[in-house]
Amino acid sequence: MRKLLLYIIIFTTGLIFLARLFYLQIIDDSLAVRSQDNAIEVVYDYPQRGYISDRNGKLMVSNQPSYDVMAIPRNLKPFDTTEFCKILSIEPEELGRRLDKAKIYSPILPSVIIPQLTKAEYAYLQEKMRKYEGFYIQKRSLRDYQVDHSANVLGYIAQVNQKKVNEDPYYISGDLIGRSGVEKVYEELLRGEKGVKYIQKDRFNRDIGPYKDGIYDTLPTKGKDISITIDAELQAYGEKLMKNKRGGIVAIEPESGEILSLVTAPTYDPALLVGRKRSPNYTRLYYDSIAQPLYDRGLLAEYPPGSPFKTLTGLIALQEGVIDTDDRFSCNNGYHYGARRPLGCHSHPSPLNLVPGIAHSCNSYFAQVYRKTIEKYPTPQEGMDTWNKHLQSFGLGQFMGNDLSTGRPGKIPDADYYNRIYNYPTYKWYSTATISNAIGQGEILMTPIQLANMTATIANRGWYYTPHILKKVDGDPIKEEKFTVKNKTTIDREHFDPVVEGMHEVYKSGTARSLQIPGIEIAGKTGTAENFTKIDGKRTQLTDHSIFVAFAPVDNPKIAIAVFVENGYWGSRYAGRIASLIVEKYIKKEITRTDMEDWILNHSLEEEYAKPLSGEPFIINR
Amino acid sequence: MGKSVAGFDWLTILIYLLLVGFGWANIYSASLAESHTSFFEFNQIYSKQGLWIILSFLLIIILLSIEAKFYQRFSSVIYAISLLSLAGLFVFGSTIAGQTAWYQIGPISIQPAEFAKAATALAVAKYLSGIQTNIKDFKHQLRVFLIIALPMILVLLQPDAGSAMVYFSFAFALYREGLHFAYLLLGFFAATLFVATLAFGPAWVIGGVILIAILVYLKNLKRRPNLFKYLFFAAVAIGFSLSVNYVFENVFKQHHRDRFNIVLGKEVDSRGIGYNTNQSEIAIGSGGLFGKGWTEGTQTKGHFVPEQHTDYIFSTVGEEWGFLGSTFILVLFVMLMLRLLYLAERQRSTFTRVYGYGVIGIIFMHFLVNIGMVIGIFPTVGIPLPFLSYGGSGLWAFTILLFIFIKLDSDRMSF
Repeated sequence: MRKLLLYIIIFTTGLIFLARLFYLQIIDDSLAVRSQDNAIEVVYDYPQRGYISDRNGKLMVSNQPSYDVMAIPRNLKPFDTTEFCKILSIEPEELGRRLDKAKIYSPILPSVIIPQLTKAEYAYLQEKMRKYEGFYIQKRSLRDYQVDHSANVLGYIAQVNQKKVNEDPYYISGDLIGRSGVEKVYEELLRGEKGVKYIQKDRFNRDIGPYKDGIYDTLPTKGKDISITIDAELQAYGEKLMKNKRGGIVAIEPESGEILSLVTAPTYDPALLVGRKRSPNYTRLYYDSIAQPLYDRGLLAEYPPGSPFKTLTGLIALQEGVIDTDDRFSCNNGYHYGARRPLGCHSHPSPLNLVPGIAHSCNSYFAQVYRKTIEKYPTPQEGMDTWNKHLQSFGLGQFMGNDLSTGRPGKIPDADYYNRIYNYPTYKWYSTATISNAIGQGEILMTPIQLANMTATIANRGWYYTPHILKKVDGDPIKEEKFTVKNKTTIDREHFDPVVEGMHEVYKSGTARSLQIPGIEIAGKTGTAENFTKIDGKRTQLTDHSIFVAFAPVDNPKIAIAVFVENGYWGSRYAGRIASLIVEKYIKKEITRTDMEDWILNHSLEEEYAKPLSGEPFIINR
Repeated sequence: MGKSVAGFDWLTILIYLLLVGFGWANIYSASLAESHTSFFEFNQIYSKQGLWIILSFLLIIILLSIEAKFYQRFSSVIYAISLLSLAGLFVFGSTIAGQTAWYQIGPISIQPAEFAKAATALAVAKYLSGIQTNIKDFKHQLRVFLIIALPMILVLLQPDAGSAMVYFSFAFALYREGLHFAYLLLGFFAATLFVATLAFGPAWVIGGVILIAILVYLKNLKRRPNLFKYLFFAAVAIGFSLSVNYVFENVFKQHHRDRFNIVLGKEVDSRGIGYNTNQSEIAIGSGGLFGKGWTEGTQTKGHFVPEQHTDYIFSTVGEEWGFLGSTFILVLFVMLMLRLLYLAERQRSTFTRVYGYGVIGIIFMHFLVNIGMVIGIFPTVGIPLPFLSYGGSGLWAFTILLFIFIKLDSDRMSF
């Protein structure tokens, strides 16, 4: 026993030590993390964000330096709060709140205390900075907008949110990230790579040189400069024309699928979302729930397309072989079917075949053509699915896979959809139940960009490139397959000619006679869509939406456009005029019909928009 | 010479060399970033330690060349010189960081307390191996306690509580030689009372002692226990507790009190008093399984752990060599002590065996207190890790301690 005691004690001690080391070094991870915290400081060097230019090389967005006051709560020492607050014009209570918030976020990681100092504030503060231990100034690059339009296209950058920080290790709190538009979609191209330096600290928090001689350090890489497909001048003009109106304009170059213009109205000056006033400005825009300036109507608004959709009804019927271009259908001020009220029409010559049918936008003609298409098949389900398949090939009823930050799929119904709403097979449904689809009403919804793409596809006589907004990266044209491979529709080339002729006729003799542009052959289609809202829970009809699609020149299309003006009454009234002006502006670079331009600039729809909110009875379509 | 070369215990010498070599590598790393001058500059901590190591090899040759009988015969003289050198500190010693523990001779400072341990081990061995000495005799017990207590008190007066504590390790040697187990129990009981008093205060301890005394008395009631015996033990325990409290509050300095309070969980302020232990744990914990690699420890480079090249050298091992490296060191120490135990037990000479137990006890006490402190399970008591910590006096003292035993062991057949 006397000999054994020391053996036992030595062994026991060794085992206890081993267990403790095992716990410290293998099990407990928190110590390794804390080691990184106090021994190595990570310093980031932010690169310049890439510039954005328009399709013609006009600079739209560049950078300006910005300075954020950052704080690392653990390193803070007592300081002269009064002076600090005076320099930065901030209330001491507010400063206290922000420091508390920073401490809650992390005592050892930097937090932004005062973002985006002015140059004067920065210059003054920089000299005093050493007095405020724990604070430092982080230089960042902010956007400097060279244009006062295209806010919806360009998007904006803002401080990254906590969710993103948790998901993506590239970002740390306080970093700026593209939040919408091109800034969001091409964030990775534009941001570059931030440089990082690992600095070895000693226990007094002094630098003692780079960690591992800097082998992990990186230099910042400048973001890539990009050109977008937008024509800045055309975009500015579009926004100007859309003042005091609500709606969207989308213009596409048919031969390339490049988006020339993407207007939403109302909009805002992109410079509002930069600098220290960003936050109140953003809040104001965000909470404007009536005009919704942050809502991109060109991409998000799903409207019934109305009459322009008739071109597709005609194309599908031709492809399915149910009509001939010469087949005439009569119109007795509308199409009478079954027991319900007739599908109304306006007065025009009757009977009509395809070309004048489009030119006069005859509801009756297309209702009958649609019915023949659906009824070609033994069951309405098969007919409806065939019809749906043709429309899908135009990119309708789906997200198109474009490179825009937001979008909606619209709605193209299929057999399943009607089976569901009519509770098939308990109840049967027939083509007449869906007859409104023929004229772009009923269950169909399309966004302006889908409408524009449809027009571009007709202009191309049967194919389209997926619309896109990126043109060049660092001067090199994009080569992405998605945007350089043609999407072919299920409609044969030869069926487009009569439809194009019909659209041409719209200008020459039809509903857009008054909108002709001297010297440009233009094809188009007006649209007038009924729409409803709820006032006090009651479905109330509002003034019709004004819709117009067009492409020009007819034989060598350079531009395809869709214009949508909410409550603009009829197609040629607002949308048609605007489309006509934009086509002229793009092709001729000048406006010859200044009276038309003046009319648009001087007419406001604000009164119309105020009607449903007034709380008083109002008259529509006047 | 040839015969005695074969007689040296080469396993012990190998472990010694491994520990010293590994220690130097870690001292090099821990002191590297102090300044970025050339490799072998003498004023560098690691080059100084390198010199001490080389000189200790010379020392080893001398120690092994001296006749084994010399150590036994002159142990009283060595002990006396050692006591004088300790006492002389109060006249000639220089005071560093509040401790009067060094003789300053030119650029070299010598810490006699380090050498006194070996001297005391020799003296205890000499006394216990005397033919008339009977450890069971109370008078002899008092004498041997005195031999141990004299240097201990002198060291305590410096004040160096850590080094003084090491002298308790002679209990192992005394117990091996027949000291009643009650002494160890008594010591253990005293230590428990000691810690309990500091942790919970004397009031609780007194209450606890009385409660336990009553319970044991009632349990043994049928056996007609002697009431006075119980009262006596309870009174002694209470008196001990009160005096510990008195010593703690009035004799100990604030930094001693702080050191105890940290380990007893009374202080958790990681930026203040508990900083050393906290940083040491962070450094070791960050090493993981394989460590960050030699001279790659970020905590070591940043000098987050104070005194890392001396008392906290093991934290460098932990950070740079990881769990594997620290386990290697633990295994080396355990192997060394077990080997020495084996060697001590095979002696025919009582002197060598007692001396061997003294050596093992001293090494064990340093091992226990130092590593226990560095990994955060013992109070912060500043004593070095044998063979690894920086310091010429420490290295030489341990070299002397160990190699006298190796010499004695090699000569075991002649006794």
